[in-house]
Amino acid sequence: METPVSFDYASAPESRAIVSIKPKYGHFIAGKFVAGSKHFPTINPATEEVLSHIALAGKAEVDAAVKAARKAYTTTWSKMSGKERGKYLFRIARIMQERAREFAVLETLDNGKPIRESRDVDIPLAAAHFFYHAGWADKLEFAGLGTSTKPHGVAGQIIPWNFPLLMLAWKVAPALATGNTVVLKPAESTSLTALLFAEVCQQAELPAGVVNIVTGDGSTGALIVNHPGIDKIAFTGSTEVGKIIARAVASTPKSVTLELGGKAANIIFDDAAIDEAVEGIVNGIFFNQGHVCCAGSRLILQENVADEVLEKLKVRMAKIRVGDPMDKNTDVGAINSKEQLAKIIELTAAGDAEGAQRWSAPCELPSKGFWFAPTIFTGVTQAHRIAREEIFGPVLSVLTFRTPQEAIDKANNTPFGLSAGVWSEKGSRILWATQQLRAGVVWANTFNKFDPTSPFGGYKESGWGREGGRHGLSAYLKGVGHE
Amino acid sequence: MSFYGLVDGTDTSLKNYLGSLSGVDQVGADARAAMLATRSIKTTSKRWAIDMAISMVDLTTLEGADTVGKVQALCTKAVRPDPTDLTVPSVGAVCVYNDMVATARKHLDLVGGQHVGVAAVSTAFPSGRASMPVKLRDTRDALDAGASEIDMVIDRGAFLSGHYIDVFNEIVAIKELCGTRAHLKVIFETGELVTYDNVRKASFLAMAAGADFIKTSTGKIAPAATAPVVLVMLEAVRDFYSMTQQRIGVKPAGGIRNTKDAIKQLVLVNETAGPEWLTPSLFRIGASALLNDLLMQRMKMDTGYYASPAYVTID
Repeated sequence: METPVSFDYASAPESRAIVSIKPKYGHFIAGKFVAGSKHFPTINPATEEVLSHIALAGKAEVDAAVKAARKAYTTTWSKMSGKERGKYLFRIARIMQERAREFAVLETLDNGKPIRESRDVDIPLAAAHFFYHAGWADKLEFAGLGTSTKPHGVAGQIIPWNFPLLMLAWKVAPALATGNTVVLKPAESTSLTALLFAEVCQQAELPAGVVNIVTGDGSTGALIVNHPGIDKIAFTGSTEVGKIIARAVASTPKSVTLELGGKAANIIFDDAAIDEAVEGIVNGIFFNQGHVCCAGSRLILQENVADEVLEKLKVRMAKIRVGDPMDKNTDVGAINSKEQLAKIIELTAAGDAEGAQRWSAPCELPSKGFWFAPTIFTGVTQAHRIAREEIFGPVLSVLTFRTPQEAIDKANNTPFGLSAGVWSEKGSRILWATQQLRAGVVWANTFNKFDPTSPFGGYKESGWGREGGRHGLSAYLKGVGHE
Repeated sequence: MSFYGLVDGTDTSLKNYLGSLSGVDQVGADARAAMLATRSIKTTSKRWAIDMAISMVDLTTLEGADTVGKVQALCTKAVRPDPTDLTVPSVGAVCVYNDMVATARKHLDLVGGQHVGVAAVSTAFPSGRASMPVKLRDTRDALDAGASEIDMVIDRGAFLSGHYIDVFNEIVAIKELCGTRAHLKVIFETGELVTYDNVRKASFLAMAAGADFIKTSTGKIAPAATAPVVLVMLEAVRDFYSMTQQRIGVKPAGGIRNTKDAIKQLVLVNETAGPEWLTPSLFRIGASALLNDLLMQRMKMDTGYYASPAYVTID
């Protein structure tokens, strides 16, 4: 074995032998896998390798899924005691933990996110959501939401590609715990872990039709949204599509929750713990390639520490390991799709054109696949597009402020309001700032921390309703929350 | 002395200097250290790291029961950690009490270890509870006996009661004594300073006072060299370098017992202070049991088998 001269980490790839991907998939309806009619390819965004072919659900498949969900709701699930429902959820959670490595590898292959994140964040959190909601199933009358709560019936759920299995868990676990049955559509570029989850439902012997998974693109999503047999719509995705859904359900009895875009402010006061704040900035915007609706995409820095923070940030960014998502040492993986990469390139070009200064971490990007180096723009003002529009990529816009009130004004000066971060070693300043910020989640001296017990959701164009915690239950119960 | 132009030796200037430091968020520092502990170091880079770690070991015996025979055995091992494989590098230094310095130096020279340093623990190690004349005499003895490195302890009582200037002046005095004869390592006993804010403050204090190395612990108190404490110290030497263009070394000591822990330390160095610190002149690991685990892992990488401990010398 030849000894290298420096400490460049040798590649440490996770084995993909644990997953077996079928060449073609169908839908999961009434407890069975049924063949699809039309198919489209799903690729590994890190290599552009075609992993499999995913079925495109049309009207017939969506009808069948809704019918199966209705039947399961009427005959089985709504009649079952909360205690029994909870047992199924616990069982699903345990199986997800047992098969965690399989889920993590599959997620990374299909999504492009680093195996470290799918292994340490996505999959454990997804299982945690099932465990948490399993506990609620028999205690709903003690949730402070009234003693005669009832499920909606059939929930249509449409989830995004950034955290495929985790978003499934955020949707399916509370729906099932509260007694609803579901028709779920994963994002077209990341269907594989949802289909593996369908296997878990079979393994857990979940009654047929309680969970139905149909795959497809936006046209399938529209069929679900407009289906008269569905009682509740839950959507996570872009604000643009969220608005279409809101309009579509406006004249119907459907209940709806929307978890949409964001342009979160991450505010660093001059008395912050600087090294940890720098870590928080990096975690806030480069976690999951910045494909995070609550990403801290606007860094709002107090001017008197701006130079110091930016210098440290650049040093830290130069250490970010970008590359093969299957390597256990990779920090930033591939951009999820060609379309998303094009959007990031377009918006960053607008940043250049509007006079902001671009700096990218020096890193070698693979020649195949979709990649974007971690990037910051300095000299950004509220009037820049990159300060207003969601980039949904590893791109940070840096603004500065002089007084605490100015920081808050800038942070709130956005159509979004999903999350925000505050960094200060002064408790009173944190308490004051968090009260002023119009955002659903405010993190103090940390960022992008998730827990099933904590409600998550947005103000303004960032969405309607909350997911997680006690508040999240209300979205799946009649007579409370958004109707 | 100029103290890098950071302080002028007065209490006020020292307080201003230490007061200008940013705080350390404990939760964040713990999380960063935990994340770096997930790095997977395999194959060629593991082999590189094992040899680097061996060359960074300060092979230590600090027992009341230390004898000439024990110290001589330690020195022989320090020069040739594996007598059957001469490609194994020597360790960085041996670390002993000051009455064993002459023995160690003499024996190292005898067995061809002129390149291996002798570090003496000093200033009433491990407690630091003695008068200043005693501490100075303690250090002078070690230097006269041939110590090339002095591992002094700070007065934690003075530090915790806010008498930073006393801690500073002690380090300055010991540094003056060391002159060009010996490198000065300043031990904080982070297990007694407890908070990361204190660790950061002590780091900057010691560096300005003239420390060549900052060292976590005596090895007599737990917790010792925890990953977040080493992280905070590595951040301090990195920041001090950007202020002064001077690279100060770091020495974790205590609790690093196996190869995995040692490699985690090297990852912390690499991704915090930077690869410039990956040299025995800027990073040392104070340990006794660690060396044999490094040797066993090295053998395993060469042969593919875990050897019985019988194939590694006990001292």
